[in-house]
Amino acid sequence: MTASMSQCLMQMVQTDYQIADYQSDITPRWCTGCGDNAILTAMQRLCRDEQLPPEKTVCVSGIGCASRLPHYMNAYGFHGIHGRALPIAEGIKIRRPDLSVFVTTGDGDCCSIGAAHWIHAVRYNMNMTMLLHDNNVYGLTKKQASPTSPKGLKSNTTPFGATLNPLNPLSVTLGISNVSFVAQVPDWIPELLYDVLSKAYHHKGFSFIRILQRCPNFMNHHFDAAVQDPLRVRMLTHADGLRLKPELSRIYKNQETHDPLDLNRAQALAMLDEEIPVGVLYSNPHVPCYDELRKGKRPSTPQLVETVLNEEFDKVGIWPEGQQATSNGE
Amino acid sequence: MTEYGMQTSSHDAPPNEERTALRKSPASGPAEVIQEHIVEIVSDSGEGAQRCGQSLASIAARSGHGIWTVEIIPAEIQPPHRSIAGASGNRVRMAAHKVTNVGDKADLVIAFNEQVLLSRLNANEIKPGATILIEEMWKCDKDPAVAENYEKVTAEVRSKGYKLFEIPMQTECQKYVPDPTKGKNMFVLGILCTIYSLDTALAEAQVRLTFAKKDQKIVDANLELLAAGQAWAAENLSVRYMIPAAPVVKPQIVTNGNAALALGVVASGMEVCSMYPITPATSASHYLSTIFEKVGCVVHQAEDEISAATFAIGASYAGKCAVTITSGPGLSLKQEAIGLAVMTEIPLVVIDVQRGGPSTGLPTKVEQGDMMSAMFGSHGDAPKVVMAVDSIEDCFYSVITARKIAETFNMVVVILSDAALSTAQQPFDRPEFNPDWLAPPVNQSAVPEDAHPYDWDERTGIATRFIPGQPNGMHCLTGLAHDRDSHVAYDPQINEEGLLNRSRKLAALQKTLRLAPVYGDEEGDLLLIGWGSTRGAIEEAVKIMRAKGHKVSSLHLKFIQPMAAGIDAVMKRFGKVMTIENNWNDPESDPLIDPSNRRYSHLAMLLRSRWLVDVDCWGNARGQPLKPAEIIEAAMAKLDDKKPTAGGQ
Ligand SMILES: Cc1ncc(C[n+]2csc(CCOP(=O)(O)OP(=O)(O)O)c2C)c(N)n1
Ligand code: SF4
Repeated sequence: MTASMSQCLMQMVQTDYQIADYQSDITPRWCTGCGDNAILTAMQRLCRDEQLPPEKTVCVSGIGCASRLPHYMNAYGFHGIHGRALPIAEGIKIRRPDLSVFVTTGDGDCCSIGAAHWIHAVRYNMNMTMLLHDNNVYGLTKKQASPTSPKGLKSNTTPFGATLNPLNPLSVTLGISNVSFVAQVPDWIPELLYDVLSKAYHHKGFSFIRILQRCPNFMNHHFDAAVQDPLRVRMLTHADGLRLKPELSRIYKNQETHDPLDLNRAQALAMLDEEIPVGVLYSNPHVPCYDELRKGKRPSTPQLVETVLNEEFDKVGIWPEGQQATSNGE
Repeated sequence: MTEYGMQTSSHDAPPNEERTALRKSPASGPAEVIQEHIVEIVSDSGEGAQRCGQSLASIAARSGHGIWTVEIIPAEIQPPHRSIAGASGNRVRMAAHKVTNVGDKADLVIAFNEQVLLSRLNANEIKPGATILIEEMWKCDKDPAVAENYEKVTAEVRSKGYKLFEIPMQTECQKYVPDPTKGKNMFVLGILCTIYSLDTALAEAQVRLTFAKKDQKIVDANLELLAAGQAWAAENLSVRYMIPAAPVVKPQIVTNGNAALALGVVASGMEVCSMYPITPATSASHYLSTIFEKVGCVVHQAEDEISAATFAIGASYAGKCAVTITSGPGLSLKQEAIGLAVMTEIPLVVIDVQRGGPSTGLPTKVEQGDMMSAMFGSHGDAPKVVMAVDSIEDCFYSVITARKIAETFNMVVVILSDAALSTAQQPFDRPEFNPDWLAPPVNQSAVPEDAHPYDWDERTGIATRFIPGQPNGMHCLTGLAHDRDSHVAYDPQINEEGLLNRSRKLAALQKTLRLAPVYGDEEGDLLLIGWGSTRGAIEEAVKIMRAKGHKVSSLHLKFIQPMAAGIDAVMKRFGKVMTIENNWNDPESDPLIDPSNRRYSHLAMLLRSRWLVDVDCWGNARGQPLKPAEIIEAAMAKLDDKKPTAGGQ
């Protein structure tokens, strides 16, 4: 997303937003150790660093643990219905380019009930940032298998183990026409979480971030292998993507220079089996954005409405003898 | 008009053997003056009968006739040629007076083949003794089966006393165009112009308008065909009618219901329409798509109805009220989103152009089957405004009203139209633009420090909503139960506070509503109550019955929820009350049906439960608009205390 003129102006007026300015008066009610906490912190840091006026920031979500995030942000929020965060966000954005729009959603919310909207949101490529909190399970409804649950997961609806292979949100997103930004990052490396979020925010178009999110309540130790073994994480670095600080570089030695414009390599990386790719898989700022394509060519004014209505009335008009059309509406 | 609109022509039916001679005999004598006629033009789809009908209607309207047109729509996009299911065309009711409905049976039919004619005969849409004009080329078709079918149908038609005229459309048109399937319709238009003594200059102007986007050659060819049709009829047909025309005194426009809805959207100041294609609603969005961008606004074709509704909610939330347009199956899908708009108190206009249901039902046909789902379709207590449009003109103004109510009360407003109004055309006074129709600019001023997002006013239930961009207004909307700060709250009192205020808004709106005047006397033996598209037919029926001395009146409801006060007082002044609705009700004649299980029509159910009055109902769900004659029959049965027959007939 790019900062608009009005945002720049606002920044000139007030440039001292602090983290606290983005914290609502409600204390987050996620479980201790829940990855959602880290995501919220990264969001608030981003808003502070970008000095986003809270009234110009809108967080939209569906239903689920992850979708509670807008309540904890001091910004405009829309905690909608299960699976439908994206179309709500699109509606918000279509006539309001001045608003910064973020969407937070869970893997059930996005990849199951909202899957159609996910595909089409990628295709619309509207200017907004989407955070998929992927904990591989349904949290809020107490441990049912989600589309991203690993095969064999014992859950309340799959007591003998999930029978299907999981859906891969990265390769799905990369396969959709007009995809313009895909990244993956775990919740347990706060620096990277912030960096990826920042990259996504600055991307022009629809930015899709899959966040590997720990759910200690229902999926305890699920991501332990990756948390404990840095070599399981493949860092994708590039001048146009992530740049690792030396401290992180020393820990995460499994690195690959990956050009975010290389879609084929991105697909291959998305399909890695044993390792987790982290960083920007794909970023292409040249994909047309639906909100810009559909932007009104002129502002809607009462005069314009009157003129157009009269033109249309003329086309189907009947006049008393002697009177005629005000304009030839053909 | 004679009794029940049963118009009989004084023109004598020719004996069969004389039919050719009659065709050849030039026009004799002056045209017969009639008050109205119903004309049907039917062809295979693609042969242009619809365009012919629309043009005829426009010419008639411009001549100062009252008109009402309806499309005759085949069930499939490309039905087989010469098939009963494939009949496509238009019915035009032309009169010396204002016309408010499709009327009863057709007085004159012009068919491009005998199968499409058969379709109209089978549907019982043609008046006994009506004039039928038919393309005669099939008589000598290479395929003996075709020729045989033609002979069979035409023989039957003659034997039943219809006045049949065979017309060499193909042969005549071939003189002017290489492919007559693309030109017969204008030739037929010419014939009809002659039959109905319509002005040639107006007819020519209409042809120019119809083909305005085509190049001059095509315009000229069609003008030639028009003239050929006129000349052929002048020379070969003796039927001539003259419908007196009232001069047009005020500028008028002629549109169908869906176009009027689209124009209403523009005039209402709404800036976003999000929709998913569904018959019979889509043409409103088609038309809107051609004009909405010109006023800087957008029609968004969403990936499904759920996203269409939620997209509209998002757009409303971020500024001005948005609209979503759909039909029954789409309304069902939108219900969860509608509940969200109710709960968060985001204004939203939902237009439902009803079709036959349940499920995919009758996609192209009319039914008033969605009243209950519009009112109660969302789970939980989800109060919303439901209004019904009752004429083409009303389609236009209702959208403006709906947007205003939605934004004043932060409510969902459902507008119920239906397939009968969607394609029907009628002239009405040209609206004069009023800037008050439009929404004010989006409020971006700072919210007072001590204000809350749900500061419900206990007199009205209304809370001023905060729109993104308004400093100090930050809050998180939620579909969960919430308090005045929009914080999630499951406390029983807080939950009921929200329920009460959302419900209060309906009561507050109700206080502003006025009941429509009774049509006919304020008291009498029988009151018919209707809603939506049936208004014209009901009032015409009442008028005819009153002229014969029956004490019948009618009341037509615009607002279904909330309902204007005073209906009980009106009902009390009549001996009997019966709703007339184009939807299902259980026939009392069915052996299984008794008062303990009879399912009433929607409005009857509502009136009975609210007013404890024994409101009966009559109607049918045959996929056809209700006709004045059927309504008269049902009303007479009610007056005479005979059990009305099931579903009309
Ligand atoms: C229409 C509908 N169906 C089902 C639910 C119940 N429900 C609420 S959240 C949820 C799944 C949440 O899982 P996920 O999206 O993975 O989010 P998490 O809680 O794990 O963050 C379900 C099934 C609902 N609220 N609405
Ligand atoms: S259940 Fe899991 S996802 Fe939900 S709050 Fe607890 S840890 Fe987080």
